[in-house]
Amino acid sequence: MEAAILVEDLRKTFGRGKAAKPALDGLDLTVRRGTVHGVLGPNGAGKTTAVRILTPLPRPGGGRAEGGGPDGAARPDEVRRRIALLGQHAALDEELSGRQNLELFGRLRRLGGAGAARRAGELLERFGLADTGHKPVRAYSGGMRRRLDLAAGLVTEPEILFLDEPTTGLDPRGRTEVWNAVRSLTGAGTTVLLTTQYLEEADQLADRISVLDGGRRIAEGTADELKSAVGGDRVDVVVRDAAQLDAAASVVGMAAHASRATTDPDRRLVSAPVTDRMAALAETVRALDAAGIDAEDIALRRPTLDEAYLHLTGRTTGPAESPAPAKTAEGESAA
Amino acid sequence: MTAHATTTRSTATRPTATHSMADALPAALTMPRRGFAHWARRPGQFAVGLAFPVMMLVMFAYFLGGGMAVEGGGDYTEFLVPGMLALTMAFGLEATMIELTQDINRGVLDRFRSMPIARSAILVGRSLLDMLGSVVSLLVMLGAGWAIGWRWHGTAAEAAAAIGLLLLLRFAMLWAGILLALVARRPESVQAVQILVWPVAFLSNAFTSPDTMPDWMGAVAEWNPMSATAGAIRELFGNPGWGGDSWAVEHSVALAVAWPLVLLAVLVPLAVRRYARLSD
Repeated sequence: MEAAILVEDLRKTFGRGKAAKPALDGLDLTVRRGTVHGVLGPNGAGKTTAVRILTPLPRPGGGRAEGGGPDGAARPDEVRRRIALLGQHAALDEELSGRQNLELFGRLRRLGGAGAARRAGELLERFGLADTGHKPVRAYSGGMRRRLDLAAGLVTEPEILFLDEPTTGLDPRGRTEVWNAVRSLTGAGTTVLLTTQYLEEADQLADRISVLDGGRRIAEGTADELKSAVGGDRVDVVVRDAAQLDAAASVVGMAAHASRATTDPDRRLVSAPVTDRMAALAETVRALDAAGIDAEDIALRRPTLDEAYLHLTGRTTGPAESPAPAKTAEGESAA
Repeated sequence: MTAHATTTRSTATRPTATHSMADALPAALTMPRRGFAHWARRPGQFAVGLAFPVMMLVMFAYFLGGGMAVEGGGDYTEFLVPGMLALTMAFGLEATMIELTQDINRGVLDRFRSMPIARSAILVGRSLLDMLGSVVSLLVMLGAGWAIGWRWHGTAAEAAAAIGLLLLLRFAMLWAGILLALVARRPESVQAVQILVWPVAFLSNAFTSPDTMPDWMGAVAEWNPMSATAGAIRELFGNPGWGGDSWAVEHSVALAVAWPLVLLAVLVPLAVRRYARLSD
């Protein structure tokens, strides 16, 4: 396996003394060349810190972080030639036009005046900004900014592209625009490291996903593997009468041979993991009928990444209180 | 396991690692280009920046000037203009700080930092741009001074030396602005600095004689780097200055050279160091 990014036992603490807060607490991460790797975790999990050390902005407090070449901390310029970083906020000059921004970054990357202008034109075309390239960035929508930001990262084709929460704060349309733009990159053999809080985003874009919590990796695998780790398929039952929810939960739990079924009173939903899909479905229908519980909807479905995430971290958002037990979903093992 | 990126699209034709000054220069020169584009986009903002010190000059010359008497009976306008020139250079610190904190805040500086360009290039580029802006501002102020009756009475060489001293002061204040921006980071912090520059500016000989202030304040005012420059250029332009026999007054030209150089010797290494460690 050829690794484009290799992180071993990476540590970084911000602040000193009592205020010291470990942002990274022994992170391991391996990203294969030419893949999109999702790094998923709540705020404070260490995603951004890891990206910044790899790019390389601050020095690591310990361990190894290599992206684009050995020993990034010692030879940051060598690394900087090969990567591009897109931070959480579109890092653009608001006063300049889209085209002027791309030309500025092209010149800084030493494409020369004519080269930078030509490249700016190509990129505006490629990211659907040709018509708005002359407008100041100030006037751009969130999605347009992000696309321009992406284009700015590609002024010289990087070997590794770091996307740090590329769709945070975008509306659904902007998000779709950015997703399409990211997808268009992966065909070209670029390695992409993508951090996100959005499970759907990792699900949509990433070949493999590492789940971070408390500055460590707590799980890794493909989206399917992570979902399977939660317990495979589930049966969902929506009952007509909310008063029957608890009764339905015990019936469905029994029928699905699950230790317990979860309920969501707001949606009048009962959900339980199943092993044998069709048998469990038939059994559930029969058992509900026998118990006289009226169901509005019964469906089999794969677990969502949300459930996997909740299962792994025990929460959906917020920083870690205590380190979660390390679990590694099946797939390629870390070491 | 430890395989790394080995395809080198961009490194093939370029030396790796260290940067020479020649290497940094194209990147540094890109910054003034960016600044010109800003000026072109926001001509109004640029014009207001130029007009502000002119307005101050007019206010002090006409609103307050009537009540001011210069020792030895000199013309207050002749006295005031060099002081305002020095003040304009010192206040340039704010403009530098505003621009840089905005770049930090928007992540533009991080993007620059993540590029393979010499560490010094961005800051040197910033200082180049601001120096060009200062030259324009200085020319406008000289023109405004001329219009309200200020003249220089020395030789052309002395006038050139005076302008050189003003730009030297500006260069030192510019690096103070860079350092403050890198330390404070947030654009809101500029406001505090904008307020604090006023007492520093007035605790000088720009508007009045330090002799008229309480003793300790007068002493501070005499040793203020801005006073040194103002005193020195009054001498070089042949404009009236305050008397006084302190060492600082007698050696204002030497001080006007020494002060900015000392400030630069301290500020530049601190700023470059701070820039390198911005995100640690």
